[in-house]
This record gives sequence, structure tokens and C-alpha cells, in this order.
Amino acid sequence: MSMLTALKISSSAMNAQMVRMNTTASNLANIDVVGSTYDEAYKAKKPIFKTVIENYTQDNFEASVKVNGIFVSERENTRRYDPQNPMATKEGYVFMSNVNSIEEMVDMTNASRSYQTNVEVMNATKKMMMSTLQLGK
Amino acid sequence: MSLLQNPLGVHATALMLREQRTTVLASNIANADTPNYKARDIDFSSVMAATKGNTMRTSHSRHIGVSNYQALQGDGMIKYRMPNSASIDGNTVEVNTENNLFTENSLRYQATSTFLNSRIKGVMSALRGE
Repeated sequence: MSMLTALKISSSAMNAQMVRMNTTASNLANIDVVGSTYDEAYKAKKPIFKTVIENYTQDNFEASVKVNGIFVSERENTRRYDPQNPMATKEGYVFMSNVNSIEEMVDMTNASRSYQTNVEVMNATKKMMMSTLQLGK
Repeated sequence: MSLLQNPLGVHATALMLREQRTTVLASNIANADTPNYKARDIDFSSVMAATKGNTMRTSHSRHIGVSNYQALQGDGMIKYRMPNSASIDGNTVEVNTENNLFTENSLRYQATSTFLNSRIKGVMSALRGE
């Protein structure tokens, strides 16, 4: 049942890419959220992918992907002078999120490309299965 | 070998091997963004030659024979692919290469299944004797 395994592998990758897409969406949505302390300000999140290898023998190899947790970016949040803001500190500063919009856009494009590739793999595998099912007809 | 002694010929083995290779290539594509993942592949032609038990003819005793496929038997038939360029996260998947090979593999799978189909049709018409 190698073919069904191939479908399972592609779907695990699609799941992982979807998580990546969701974190990117959260990061971009929260890009303008300000806080009154460093800890309160929004910090960018990134998923960590991990390979899950199953049934690795001499003639078999199956490697699916899993999201092994979410990593919180350590980049320092910048301050902005904005004394009118109700969130401002005594000195008049608010803390910005540490999201880098360019980085997020690149990540988003990458995630959607990878997702697409896996969909194509799935389609091709499905076609192959169909041709096998119709053998001798 | 006659059609009725071995109706499917080499194509049944080939189809199974193509199927295994599909899984390996799908794994590579799935792990294109996973750090430290190493791309693997099956060398189809040498595995196929080993299963058939064919030996390459040599005309001199010192010619290197390719009959036993020691390397393949030693490490199994799944091997690592050497990337064209290194990446900083230790991942050796090159999506373009993998896509290309996956397409090639699925086309060849279709070809093999067409061969199988005509074999089956041939046996059927031989059995009917029409």
C-alpha cells in the first residue's frame, strides 16, 4: 500500500504548511499591536518542522512532517515615542511588535508554494492509483 | 519466457518498484522545508537489474562486473542524493529536481501499467482462442 502512504505523507506536509501559513497570518495581523512593557508587546511566532521517519528498512522509506512546536522570536521589540497613546509608559513610549513584515511575506509565499507542490504530488499519485485500479479493463 | 508461463513478465516488479519510489520522492517533497532532512532516492535501473539477476557480459577477466550490486545490497536500495548546492539548514532537498523526478517516475509508472494492461489483454485473447 505504498501509494496510500504517499498520500499520507503529502497530507502531513500540507498540514504543516497550513500551520506555517496560520502563524504567518497571526504575525501579520498583530504587526501593529503595541504594549506598555517588553513582555506585553507581540512577539513573532514560527513553527518548527520535524521529519517523522517510519518503517525505514532496506527497501522502504516513509518520511512525513510534523510541527514540533512553535518558536517565539527573541528579536528585541522596538520602542516608539507616542505619549498620546493610553498604553504609553510614564516616559511616553509604547513597545512595538517584533514582526518583520518582509520576512513574513517571504514565509507566506514559501508556504503557499510548498502547499501547492504537495497538492500536485497528491493529484499525480491519485492518477497513478486510478490507472492501477483500471488494469485489465 | 512465454506469455502464459509468466504472463506479467518484468512489468509487475517494475510497477512495484515505481510505487516504492513514489513514496520516497513524496517524502522528499514533503520535507522540502524541514531542517536537516536528507533527500533519498532509489536507483531504479540498478535495482531492476539486480532483481532480474542479469549479468553484464565482460570480454576480459579484469573488467568490472556489475552483476552483484554490492553497494546496493550493503546499504539497501535507498540511497542519499547528493545536492547540487548546500543549504544553510542542512536540508538537501532541491524541489525542482524532486518535482522533475516525481513527474518522470509517475509517467514511467503509467507506461508500465499500460504494458501490464496489454499483457493482460494478450493473455485474455490467448485464453479465449478467438
